Amino acid sequence: MSIEPTLSTDILVIGAGPAGIAAAVSAAECGRRVLLIDDNPQAGGQIWRGTNIDQGPVSARGWLQRLESSNLQHINGCRAIFLADSNLLIADLHGQRCAIRFEHAILTSGARELYLPFPGWTLPGVTGAGGLQALIKSGLDVSGKRIVIAGSGPLLLAVAATARRASAHVLCIAEQTRAKARRNFAFGLWRHPGKLTQAIRLRAQSIGAPYSADAWITQAEGDDRLAAVWLKHGTRHRRIECDLLACGFGLVPNLDLAQMFGCTITGGAIAVDKSQRSSRQNVFAAGESTGIGGIDKALIEGRIAGFAAAGSADKAAVLLAVRARTQAFAKTLAKAFALRDELRTLATPETFFCRCEDVPLSAVRAMPNMRQAKLASRCGMGACQGRICGSAAEFLFGWRDTASTRPPFTATALSNLISPSIEASQK
Amino acid sequence: MNPVHTRCDVAIVGAGIIGAACAEACAAGGLNTVLIDADFPGGGITACGMGHIVVMDDSAAQWALTTRSRELWMARATSLPDNIEYDACGTLWIAANRTEMDAVEEKAAMYQQHDVHAQILNSAELARAEPELIAAMSGALLVRDDAVIYPPAAARHFAASAAVLGAVMRFGQRVQALEPGRIHFADGTILDAERIVLAAGLASNDLLPNLPLRARKGHLVISDRYPGRVRHQLVELGYLHSAHASDADSVAFNVQPRRNGQILIGSSRQFDVTDTTIDAPLLAQMLERAVGFLPFLRDVQVLRSWTGLRPATLDGLPLIGPSTQHASIWLATGHEGLGITTATATAELIAAQLLDRPCAIPAAPYWPARFAAEPTNVAT
Repeated sequence: MSIEPTLSTDILVIGAGPAGIAAAVSAAECGRRVLLIDDNPQAGGQIWRGTNIDQGPVSARGWLQRLESSNLQHINGCRAIFLADSNLLIADLHGQRCAIRFEHAILTSGARELYLPFPGWTLPGVTGAGGLQALIKSGLDVSGKRIVIAGSGPLLLAVAATARRASAHVLCIAEQTRAKARRNFAFGLWRHPGKLTQAIRLRAQSIGAPYSADAWITQAEGDDRLAAVWLKHGTRHRRIECDLLACGFGLVPNLDLAQMFGCTITGGAIAVDKSQRSSRQNVFAAGESTGIGGIDKALIEGRIAGFAAAGSADKAAVLLAVRARTQAFAKTLAKAFALRDELRTLATPETFFCRCEDVPLSAVRAMPNMRQAKLASRCGMGACQGRICGSAAEFLFGWRDTASTRPPFTATALSNLISPSIEASQK
Repeated sequence: MNPVHTRCDVAIVGAGIIGAACAEACAAGGLNTVLIDADFPGGGITACGMGHIVVMDDSAAQWALTTRSRELWMARATSLPDNIEYDACGTLWIAANRTEMDAVEEKAAMYQQHDVHAQILNSAELARAEPELIAAMSGALLVRDDAVIYPPAAARHFAASAAVLGAVMRFGQRVQALEPGRIHFADGTILDAERIVLAAGLASNDLLPNLPLRARKGHLVISDRYPGRVRHQLVELGYLHSAHASDADSVAFNVQPRRNGQILIGSSRQFDVTDTTIDAPLLAQMLERAVGFLPFLRDVQVLRSWTGLRPATLDGLPLIGPSTQHASIWLATGHEGLGITTATATAELIAAQLLDRPCAIPAAPYWPARFAAEPTNVAT
C-alpha cells in the first residue's frame, strides 16, 4: 500500500477568488492554521484571473498582496474529489491524490455563467461571455475579429472592454434587460459603494461599442462555424455577420461543493446564518455561492466567514452593516437584470438542450422534472454532469435538480478513487 | 367521505422494468390492467443497474428464466425504440487461469447443447477481441447474443406499450396498504382488483411484510466517453464464485460499454446494507479489481459513482407467483441483479398464470411458496 500525502489544517478554504482570499487572510490573521486551495493555476478566481500583483485594479492588488504576505498555506492546481468524512477531503493535487484533514471548511466556490439554449448555440465560434474573457486573458488572439456580445448583466461590459483591449472589433453589446430597468439601476448606483457599480457606470459610457438594451440573441447561424447572429431589438430583427459570439445570461451560484458537504440550499444559494455558517456546523460559505452580488459582497462575506471560522466572531461584528448594504445591492442587481420571458422560448424542438449528450429540447419538454428528464433522455449525464443544462432547466422550466452530488465532485482520473487513504484504512 | 372507487382484473404495484413488463403482458392478454407507481416508470432500482441482457447458469431454473427472457428480448429487439439503446455486444466471460478455462469449456458444451450460441476464445483470440485487456488471461467464453440496454427507457417503453393496449397508468400515486382484492392509496382513493401483483422491489416488503427479501447493495461508476476501448460486456468468470456465492462483502470485475462510448464499471455486493451512501474503501477495491483486468481504466475520467439496493432472495431466484400470505396477492420481485434480463419472461409467466394459460417454462421454481417450507432443497 502506498502512503498518500496528507495535509492537515485548522481551516480549509476552497476557492481562491475574492471571497476565498478574504476568508483565508482574515482567518490567518486570527492566528489559525489556514490552507487555501483552488483548482486554477493562479489565485484570483474568475474576476481577478490573470491579475498581476503589480498592476490591475487596486482592490485586487491589495488583496493579492495580503495573500502573498500572509503566513497561510496556499496551493493552486488542487481540485476537490470527494469528502471521505466530515473532516477529511480527498483532492487531486497536480494529478496526484492527496488527503486534507481540516477542522472547519469555508466554501467559496463562486458562480458560473448561465447559458441558455437558442438555435445555433453549439456552433464553433459561440462561447460564454465569461468564457471568451477567460480565453482572451489566457492568450486567445482576437485582434481584428468581429465580436457580438449578448446576454445580460454587468459582465457583458467587462468582456467588451477586454475584447477591445485585445484589438477585437466589438460590433454590438446586446443587453436583454429593459432600458428603463437598466437606467434606474445606473441612477441608483451612487447609493452603493465599490468597484462593480463604478465599473458599470463608467464602462457603459466609455466602452466605445454600440450598446443596446432591450436586445437579445435569437439565433446563431453558420454551416460548420458561426457566420452571423440574429438579434431581436424590441420588435425589430437584425442580422449581424461576425466571427465570434460571446453569450452569457448572468451568473448562478456553484452549489455542487456545498451539496457534497451536505449543506442546505435555499432559493438556489447556500443557506448561511449571520456568521456565514451553513447548515453544517463546521462548514461556512461566502461570496457568489451564497447569492450573486459581486465583488464587494464576496469580500465582506469572506472576511466575516474567515473571522467566524477562526472563532473571532467579535471581529466580524463591525462588518455586518457593510454586508447588509452589499446584500441589498445584490437584490437591486438581480432585479435590474431579471431575465425576460422571451428567453424561455428561443430554442426550437430540434435545438440541443443538453450539449454533452446531444439531447434535443423536444426530448425533455414534456417531462415534469429534471430527474425524469434525465432518466428518459440521458440529459445531464455527460461530461459536465448537468452543470449547464441543469441551470438552464431551472430558468426554462422551473426544475430544480434535487439529486445529491455523488463522488467524484468533478470528473477525475479513476486512479484518484483508488489510492489508499491512510485515515480511511485506519478507521 | 366517499372514497373514489374503481375496479380492474389486475393491479400491478411498481412500474420498474418488472412491473411495467408485467402490465404490458397482462394488457396484451386481455386483462383489465392498472399499473401503479409512487413516482414514475423506471425511476427506482431499474435506473441504478447496468442493463445487461445475459444468460446465466447458476441453476437450472436460472438458466431457464434467463434463456427464455433473452429469447423474448431478441424477438422484439428490432422493434424497440432507439433510446433503449439495445446493443447486442455479447458477453465475454474471462478466464484468468487454466482452472477457469476448464470451466469455460464445460459451459461452452452445455450452452451449445441447449442451442445457445457460445464460442471459446483462446488467449490470443481474446486479446484480439479486447485489445485493452491484460495479456495474461487464459481465454474467455463469448456469449454472442447477450446484449446491453438502457433500462429506464425500457421501463418507460413497456409502460407506454401497456397503455396502448388499454392498461390504465396511475403514476405519482403512493399505495398506503393492500388487502386481498383491494388497494388503498395514500390520497384516500381505493382500487378493487381481482388480483394484485406486487412488483415494488424491496419496497414490496412495506406492503406485504415478511417477504423473503433482503437488500444487496451495489456500487457503479461511469466514465467519460472512450468509444471502442471496450467492445463486449466483460465479466470475470470468478464472478459466479466470488460475488454470488458468499455472504461477505465482495467485488468482481464487470465492465460494460455504453453505446455513447461511456464505460460502466462494477460490481460490488453487500448484504443487508440499506444506506445508499458511497462506501469509499469498497469502491476503491472494486475499481482496483477493474484496473487489474483493464489497465487503461486507471487513467479514464470518472464522471460519477452511485449505489443501488438490489432486491435479493435467499436462493438467488426471484419470487414470481402467488404470495404465501394471500392467494390473490401475487409477487414479481426479488430479481437481484437480473431484473433487466428477466423482466420479459417474468411478465410472460405472470400473465400466463393469471390467464390460466400454459407457461413457456415451468413456473413452480419461482413460486414464493418454496420459502414456506424449510428451504432445504432449493434449486441448484
